[in-house]
Amino acid sequence: MQDNKYNFVLRLADDALILGQRLSEWCGHGPVLEEDIALSNTSLDYIGQATNLFKYAAELAADGRDEDALAFLRQESEYKNLLMLELPNGDYAFTIARQYLYSSFTLLYLTELANSSDSLLKGYAEKSIKEVRYHVQHASDWVLRMGDGTEESHNRIQTAIQQIWSYSGEFFEMDEVDQKAVDEGYGVDKASLRDAWQKAVTATLTEATLQVPESGWNQSGGRSGRHTEHMGFLLAEMQYLQRAYPGARW
Amino acid sequence: MTEVFDPEIPVLNAVELGIVRHVRYDDQTLVVVITPTYSGCPAMRTIEEDIIEILKEKGVANYRVDTTLTPAWTTDWMTDEAREKLVREGIAPPQKGSADKGLLMGRIRDVKCPRCGSHDTAMISQFGSTACKSLYKCAECLEPFDYFKCI
Repeated sequence: MQDNKYNFVLRLADDALILGQRLSEWCGHGPVLEEDIALSNTSLDYIGQATNLFKYAAELAADGRDEDALAFLRQESEYKNLLMLELPNGDYAFTIARQYLYSSFTLLYLTELANSSDSLLKGYAEKSIKEVRYHVQHASDWVLRMGDGTEESHNRIQTAIQQIWSYSGEFFEMDEVDQKAVDEGYGVDKASLRDAWQKAVTATLTEATLQVPESGWNQSGGRSGRHTEHMGFLLAEMQYLQRAYPGARW
Repeated sequence: MTEVFDPEIPVLNAVELGIVRHVRYDDQTLVVVITPTYSGCPAMRTIEEDIIEILKEKGVANYRVDTTLTPAWTTDWMTDEAREKLVREGIAPPQKGSADKGLLMGRIRDVKCPRCGSHDTAMISQFGSTACKSLYKCAECLEPFDYFKCI
């Protein structure tokens, strides 16, 4: 029973960590100063959320590993994040497309997780939802601005949405871990969020004069530790310090 | 606890900010319970260290600082006095009623310029110098300023 909850929490923690890591790459590289600050702030929110979750996962694992060991000292196949979140940032449109599709899902997900029977997960959801509301607002503003902007910006964001779309199916996948979490009262039935997500996303994309891609075949594998070729590079950078100087603190 | 200040907004202490939730004795141990403003607020660690420093200074031998996420921090906990102090520092204070999603998502905020008091202001960016602030500009006195955003 404990094992299932550990896996459940670890997935959420990995999602937050990996997206936080990706977004932090924009620090100092944003297209304008305000956006540089916006994405760095968003990254900080995710890394903070990840810290809270890893602490909880470490408590559940009770095998002597702390949150830093979980975050920095696992092998690639032991990370269980959604594949979408490990993809390279691409251009600004690609980053925004990901932020929009993912945070729209997360908002729905956290709203449900706030009813969790587990008090820590409930607390995490109630805390994070306040931050994610700002992420959704920020990303949707940019989807509208780029979609209904110049020909160039329209094409860029449309291409990005098209490229990333097949990674969004993984949001709603339910496997044994998820099902058990629902049965035990602390999880979320993600499949049931699909319609609400599709509706919200369709409304924004339509307003932004963008085409909603057809849903079909989906990328999948993150939850079982099968990653894209980009993951190894991400981990090499993220884990470097802890691998080179074990236990380093500052 | 009123001697511990937020390193990023040094006019406010940890109590005025609503970061310190409880101070109580757990048997012989003095327990201070704090809550983060934002999950990733980098000031939390410093605030925790400062609290420990003060406890030591006051001669408290047994202490513990616990962090809680529930109930989630809200700008509503900020006292009127704290809001006044923010204005004097040039930061527009958060509006009350952060729980109101409509206000948050509907963008109908009326933020008053902390310098000249004009209501003719516009948001430049939702994200500002720290996680808890947005960047605004006053159309009257043309000064940019920080707005402590509601959560």
